[in-house]
Amino acid sequence: MRLLFGSVFAFAIAAAIGLGATWIALTRGTAYGGVTIGVWTAWPKSGTPGIDPYARAMVARTGELPVGSGDGVAFYARNDDAGQALDGRCDVLMGGITPQARFWTITLYDPEGRLVANSVQRQGFTSQEIIRKSDGSFEIVVGPRARPGNWLPTGGVERYVLVLRLYDTPIGVATRTGRDAPMPSITKRACL
Amino acid sequence: MIRLALWLLGGLLLGGIVHLATVLMLPRMATQDAYARVSAVAPINAVIPMPPPTPEKAMMPFMDPAFAVSVCRYDLSRGTLKFSVPISPAYTSVSFYTRSDIAYYAINDRAAGRRVIELDLMTTEQRAALPEDQEITAADRLIVTSPTSTGLIVIRALASEPGLMSAARAALAAAQCRPQ
Repeated sequence: MRLLFGSVFAFAIAAAIGLGATWIALTRGTAYGGVTIGVWTAWPKSGTPGIDPYARAMVARTGELPVGSGDGVAFYARNDDAGQALDGRCDVLMGGITPQARFWTITLYDPEGRLVANSVQRQGFTSQEIIRKSDGSFEIVVGPRARPGNWLPTGGVERYVLVLRLYDTPIGVATRTGRDAPMPSITKRACL
Repeated sequence: MIRLALWLLGGLLLGGIVHLATVLMLPRMATQDAYARVSAVAPINAVIPMPPPTPEKAMMPFMDPAFAVSVCRYDLSRGTLKFSVPISPAYTSVSFYTRSDIAYYAINDRAAGRRVIELDLMTTEQRAALPEDQEITAADRLIVTSPTSTGLIVIRALASEPGLMSAARAALAAAQCRPQ
């Protein structure tokens, strides 16, 4: 009787801990081997055969295809520089310069990776479209209301993710610090 | 009390095993991974354009809307594959994924160094079976070896401005992947 009770107890714990840990690991995006520069994180190893098992499971669950390492690398930002989650009801200023790359794109998604609907059908910018200042740096206002210059509409969604993709770039598995890869800053301004 | 603690410890250890097993099993069990999604619309050994992602509908999450994308779902079990795509005005890349969505090779237009990206795709066994002299005479032929006999070739062309999307699509429309 005691044996039965004990093993049921142990199996219940095993199931709760094991499945719970898997669920958390796959939904929170905690794959290993990430390169974090400021608020931006990329997983360049996910675009190689050396992808770690957690990233593989995550890719299988979400149905996305990682960017191949010979193609480029994708950096994700979910927070601003102050550590607050990006809120589509606020104006956020993204500015600065990007690491060396032949082309880059910046795109706004909801947390599940869907594009966000808005009145002007704009979901992002490419490096060719952006209006730059005379020193080559740029500023993008990410916010719910139209702004002059580079305006990336949020459609007023509560949470969103910014993805900066660098194509044909030396940035990759060997990159470690912001000195190799200067990333744009993200600062919150006014909220609605 | 000690007995309970031992059962607890056993449960925790078993939980760790369950966790690792589920993480390792998941890619094999997934029914909605990228390969399955593409398989639902793409015939074997043919290049088809993917619909552009919109807020309502996208083939996969986190697709880059600045790119025109075509895909070839390949099957090498009957023989090797010849692949070619003319490069588009801005940027063109070709990425190779295994049946389980692992990116094992990618090449872009600059690395290819020509107006057309051309290559032969084969499994490791088919590569080993190539006559040796043929391999020497075809030294400039790019050969990609696939770890699995099925997988995906994803061809992407950048439209650096929205107006260039039709040119990017046109370049991809000329892409070919056909058995030799």
